[in-house]
Amino acid sequence: MTDPETTAPRVGLFVTCLVDLFRPSVGFAAVKLMEDAGCVVDAPVAQTCCGQPAYNSGDREDTRAIAKSTIAAFEDFDYVVAPSGSCTGMLKKHYPGLFQGDTKWEARASAFAEKVHELVSFLTDVLGVDKVPAKVSGKATYHDSCSGLRELGVREQPRKLLKSVKGLKLTEMAEADVCCGFGGTFCVKYSDISNAIVEEKAAHIVNTGADMLLAGDLGCLMNMAGKLKRKRSTVEVRHVAEVLAGMTDTPPIGGR
Amino acid sequence: MSGRDAILSRIRNAVNASDDEDDPRRVAVSARLDFPPRGVIPARGQLGHDGRIELFSKMAEKAAATVDHAASAADVPALVSAYLRKRNLGARLRMGSDRRLRAIPWVDERTLQVMIGPTEGSDEVTVSHALGAIAETGTLALASGRDNPTTLNLLSEHHIVVVDAADIAGDMETVLDSLREGYGKGHMPRTLNFITGPSRSGDIEQTLLLGAHGPRALHVIVVGGKGG
Amino acid sequence: MQITSPSFKENAREALDDEQLQRAMRHVRGNFVGRRQAAIDALPEFEELRDNARAIKDHVLGHLDLYLEAYERKVEEAGGTVHWAETAADARGIVLDICRMNNARTVTKGKSMMTEEIELNDFLEASGIRPVETDLGEYIIQLRGEHPSHITAPAVHLNKDQVESDFRRAHTDLPADRDLSEPVQLLSEARQVLRQKYFEADVGITGANFLVAETGSSIIVTNEGNGDLTQTLPRVHIVIASIEKIVPTLDDAAQIVRVLARSATGQDMTAYTTVSTGPRRANDLDGPQDYHVILLDNGRTSLLGTEFQDMLRCIRCGACMNHCPVYHTIGGHAYGWVYPGPIGAVLTPALIGIDKAGHLPNASTFCGRCEAVCPMRIPLPKMMRHWREREFERGLNPKVARYGLKFWAWFAKRPSIYRFVTYLAMPLIGVMGGPRRRFRFLPFALGWVKYRDLPAPEGRTFLQQWRDRQTLNQDARA
Repeated sequence: MTDPETTAPRVGLFVTCLVDLFRPSVGFAAVKLMEDAGCVVDAPVAQTCCGQPAYNSGDREDTRAIAKSTIAAFEDFDYVVAPSGSCTGMLKKHYPGLFQGDTKWEARASAFAEKVHELVSFLTDVLGVDKVPAKVSGKATYHDSCSGLRELGVREQPRKLLKSVKGLKLTEMAEADVCCGFGGTFCVKYSDISNAIVEEKAAHIVNTGADMLLAGDLGCLMNMAGKLKRKRSTVEVRHVAEVLAGMTDTPPIGGR
Repeated sequence: MSGRDAILSRIRNAVNASDDEDDPRRVAVSARLDFPPRGVIPARGQLGHDGRIELFSKMAEKAAATVDHAASAADVPALVSAYLRKRNLGARLRMGSDRRLRAIPWVDERTLQVMIGPTEGSDEVTVSHALGAIAETGTLALASGRDNPTTLNLLSEHHIVVVDAADIAGDMETVLDSLREGYGKGHMPRTLNFITGPSRSGDIEQTLLLGAHGPRALHVIVVGGKGG
Repeated sequence: MQITSPSFKENAREALDDEQLQRAMRHVRGNFVGRRQAAIDALPEFEELRDNARAIKDHVLGHLDLYLEAYERKVEEAGGTVHWAETAADARGIVLDICRMNNARTVTKGKSMMTEEIELNDFLEASGIRPVETDLGEYIIQLRGEHPSHITAPAVHLNKDQVESDFRRAHTDLPADRDLSEPVQLLSEARQVLRQKYFEADVGITGANFLVAETGSSIIVTNEGNGDLTQTLPRVHIVIASIEKIVPTLDDAAQIVRVLARSATGQDMTAYTTVSTGPRRANDLDGPQDYHVILLDNGRTSLLGTEFQDMLRCIRCGACMNHCPVYHTIGGHAYGWVYPGPIGAVLTPALIGIDKAGHLPNASTFCGRCEAVCPMRIPLPKMMRHWREREFERGLNPKVARYGLKFWAWFAKRPSIYRFVTYLAMPLIGVMGGPRRRFRFLPFALGWVKYRDLPAPEGRTFLQQWRDRQTLNQDARA
């Protein structure tokens, strides 16, 4: 039962296409974290992808069409939150620039961008969450995904919340802030280079002796998980939201 | 059309230039050239006289120079002799005709042989007088000319530079101002060397090694010292 | 120099298999990154200086014609000569004329990317003039017949044992049993060999880090002292610089100098920052008798006023490549032309054509580390994306990628069809992943599964499950 008079913030969850298709449990973890913090969360079904594949391939026209339908689906919420630094960066930092010269849409995109937040920094910086009640035992290491780190300044927030998880020990890998080599279509178009980069990353991860790898972006996680599993590593790979929500019953990304 | 005109006209098209004499672009350019804005000056070098000398010495040593302090110019020959002896170098040096260097009582060090003029590369030790120094980075400023020929800065193994404590500025901008005063605004010596430590290279495996093509060692003697 | 940018992928493959290169590239990630960070941490005003450095260059680019004219006047007042060159060929011609007028047989060169860009060495040799590179790294690669693989550390792709064998091959007049096992011995040998060359040279050619309009000065920022010897000892000094190297005043140069060395090598200042103004004066006992400056356009004006203008702020510090994960894995030669790394990915298409350099702006993960460290705050990823847009508009990107993308975008624009198809497909693909929950092989994702497993989807999509949850909640309320 929800009270229509409630002052709880209404959050639209932009679940991201990768989470939608590959790892729905990240979406539910995000919902739990935000509901626990007092938000009313909905995920409009008229959402697909943020448009980055088109945008980064130079296809502005398709990007604009996708951006318009995303903005239309979400602009009535108080906040729009995505469990991904990369997709958040797209919605927040790049949508307004798509409509330069189109005053009406530029204004709509800017107003929309104001409401957009990456999940973990939304919890800490907007909602003021400073600890979570989750219990997860193990030794984890956290990879800073590039867009979250450099476009949005997400660095301390996930570490701060992870430190409040009971039973979890956090250990830093070397070069945690260096790209994992995913880069969207890059990892397929330039697979040799991408592989060399993720090889390096996997070595840093394994060297920490951690039994769990966490990050805030599913694309990067699938890339690193895919490499770790190919190397028969037993490191479990999970989205940071799963651990913060204490929802680690689902098998890890890419299995054990 | 000459290359000059072609390049300038392409630029003018790109920046929407006007031919108007009182074009605000022209006004902006002459204002900036006549009155150079100061920019961001790091607080690090903004110290009093003693603080500047201390910081200068610290930064010069960080850049692998060595630093000595002389209470007055009369103490310089002994310090130079000591430097040469310690490194087992011959008691010979070459310098320019800088009057401050000439006024130094070199004869006090009886074994020291002093030659005057530019070097052709056969001198192990050269001495120059800096026109100023920068505390912020431990940098020396040396101007070319008969007084301190540029080759003396470059061709020896050991370069000894004498600088007056009073000439150690906090930042490069202060040194530039004194140059404008000394040479006239918009005029410069042929060569102005800002030197920070001895020559070095990191080109082989990014390992930093001293003594590339210029001096292997840079020794600074600050004359005048603290409270002076 | 042969342009190999079109075969970037093959170049990269070769680089990845080159053990010497891979060993050498370890030094890049190991050294440059930490040294830069330490220098910046020690200067609280660094970010403010970056802002001002950017503002200075933006101001210059908006007034470039006027500053070039002012600079020219000052050079001439100081007794120097200014030459204007629209193209690389023009610049080469001017250099040759000056060399011929002075009966030059040998020229020494300070490190200059500009002369790499105009392929000056090959041209001089073909004209019977011997160019001698004097920067240690440049000297090494000249012995090897190679080109720089980095803009500030030209021989960064080599290990000391390779340099040792090059020196043994080239310096045959030195004792064969000499010890060259340590870098310092290699450095001493180069110093000894090159010292004589400075005196033999008739002309010294340098680039410039800055040209100062206030005084008509050229400034070089170096560590070895070779640039200084190059511009002091020969009878003639030629400066070759592209037009955007102008700064208004000495103070402006002092501002940018503060971010340059820190970004490049992590030094507060390089060993030598040298300001040259005209030829030697009446009271000078050394220095060149003639001073020439060649102001080169070579495509710069075609960037002015476009979405690529910000690139003209570049001060060639190399921080972008020092921090680039792609550069770290493949080195500089794979980029196939003069400028490697992120600056190459933006500049090379502008200078040799996007049709030849199309791979370069695409071979980036957009990790943004280059932009984050660029002292001039050049938005490199954004400009790489602009090149991708131009390629897309011209249909230059590969057909498979184009159609694949269009296919995806078609669904992304139609949420209901996207839902319908993914509701059906994902559970099925999820089951195919088996108990291990991953794929070792998938025919339509070869680029992925060649090197990594593909994590299998969990099953039903989020939106599918979310709809069920909403229906349940509604039923509960009803």
